[in-house]
Amino acid sequence: MTDKQLRVSKIENGTVIDHVPGGQALNVLAIVGIDGSGGEQVSVGMNVPSDRLGRKDVVKIEDRELSPEEVDVLSLIAPRATINIVREYEVSEKLRVSRPERVVGVLSCPNANCITTEEEPVESSFEVLSDGVRCGYCDTIVRDEIADLIDND
Amino acid sequence: MRHDHLIGANQLSRADIEAVLDRAAEIDADPSAFADAHPDALLGLCFFEPSTRTRMSFDTAIKRLGGDSVDMGTVESSSVKKGESLADTVRVIAGYTDGIVLRHPSEGAATMAAEFVDVPVINAGDGAGQHPTQTLLDLYTIRENAGLDDLTVGVMGDLKYGRTVHSLAAALTTFDARMHFVSPESLRLPRNVRFDLHESGAVVKEHTDLDDVLGELDVLYVTRIQRERFPDENEYREVAGEYRIDADALDAARDDLTVMHPLPRVDEIASNVDETDHAHYFEQAHNGVPVRMALLDSML
Ligand SMILES: [Zn+2]
Repeated sequence: MTDKQLRVSKIENGTVIDHVPGGQALNVLAIVGIDGSGGEQVSVGMNVPSDRLGRKDVVKIEDRELSPEEVDVLSLIAPRATINIVREYEVSEKLRVSRPERVVGVLSCPNANCITTEEEPVESSFEVLSDGVRCGYCDTIVRDEIADLIDND
Repeated sequence: MRHDHLIGANQLSRADIEAVLDRAAEIDADPSAFADAHPDALLGLCFFEPSTRTRMSFDTAIKRLGGDSVDMGTVESSSVKKGESLADTVRVIAGYTDGIVLRHPSEGAATMAAEFVDVPVINAGDGAGQHPTQTLLDLYTIRENAGLDDLTVGVMGDLKYGRTVHSLAAALTTFDARMHFVSPESLRLPRNVRFDLHESGAVVKEHTDLDDVLGELDVLYVTRIQRERFPDENEYREVAGEYRIDADALDAARDDLTVMHPLPRVDEIASNVDETDHAHYFEQAHNGVPVRMALLDSML
């Protein structure tokens, strides 16, 4: 299979996430909770030339349709991403990311003294600001380093 | 006050604050009139960090309202030491009591605790987060001495980790107050507090030198700079030494300047300030009981 074929190869059923900023593909997978251990077939194109973004990443996930809620969380790191839901090789739905008001259980708080980082039965919860996120427990605001907070557990 | 819990000062409106302060003034004038206000109320005191003043003033406040308290004791003597989660601890104590007063070393502890119980949770300090009941007694003291309108307040010391500072700043945004924050560069207000101050439209200035603003202030609120915030002893001594006041330094202040401190103080206010008319920190500590009585009266 050539590079070109890999990039454009169609999936039968699943989700194609396009126009991800270059270098963020693995963070996209982390956000939607895919690390390969579930057996999903995933193909990733990194730093593909793009008219809009210069370099972009593309993520294709077979046999998994992302929900609108999952898609919205992607807005934190890939605000211009486009999402195609594919059924039987055809694009059956196009989704655009929109910023959610709150993201729960996706990011972990960078404040080591935050109650959510302890052995307590709570999920992290962040309010989404226009230019960052804010922990719903300790109020810590994170602006530029959001991808660093993605919970890989 | 129509809140189920008191977690942060930012949840309080001006009307909420004034209602508590008005009731505190009534109580202060005639405490015996409230002696049977809450005869069946049992307050759970959960202090995961050492506290003398806050714990004792809540204990006194509930008893002066005719109620009683149960105290989980020190962390060393309790099941927390055996690894019980905070969520479990507060659920159990909520089963015995009508309200929980919580102090905990982690930021967000009171927010989380409130999610697990159906009795009111009062945040008595969560790490470097908030300490809203301290703020209510601070505001009571400010109102008694300087008034809460057309007010210029200076806050000095550890603004980064000082939870009393964070709560006071949030509450002052609901009043007509100009705020000056004086601290070393490394202990400036945290990002979230600055964000909220900015969003509120409050008039805020930051300084590294008290002399820049001392002459304008109605109130100077001093907090302690702690040794553990600095990598070494020398740096601590050097920096902390610049944020101390004594009677001589206050010559440059207005005659009616009110000096406050959440206590305990170490040496950031020299003892010769105690004899001046500026000193209001012991009165401030005294106000803890009537203000907490007023708060409990509104929540239980
Ligand atoms: Zn947090």
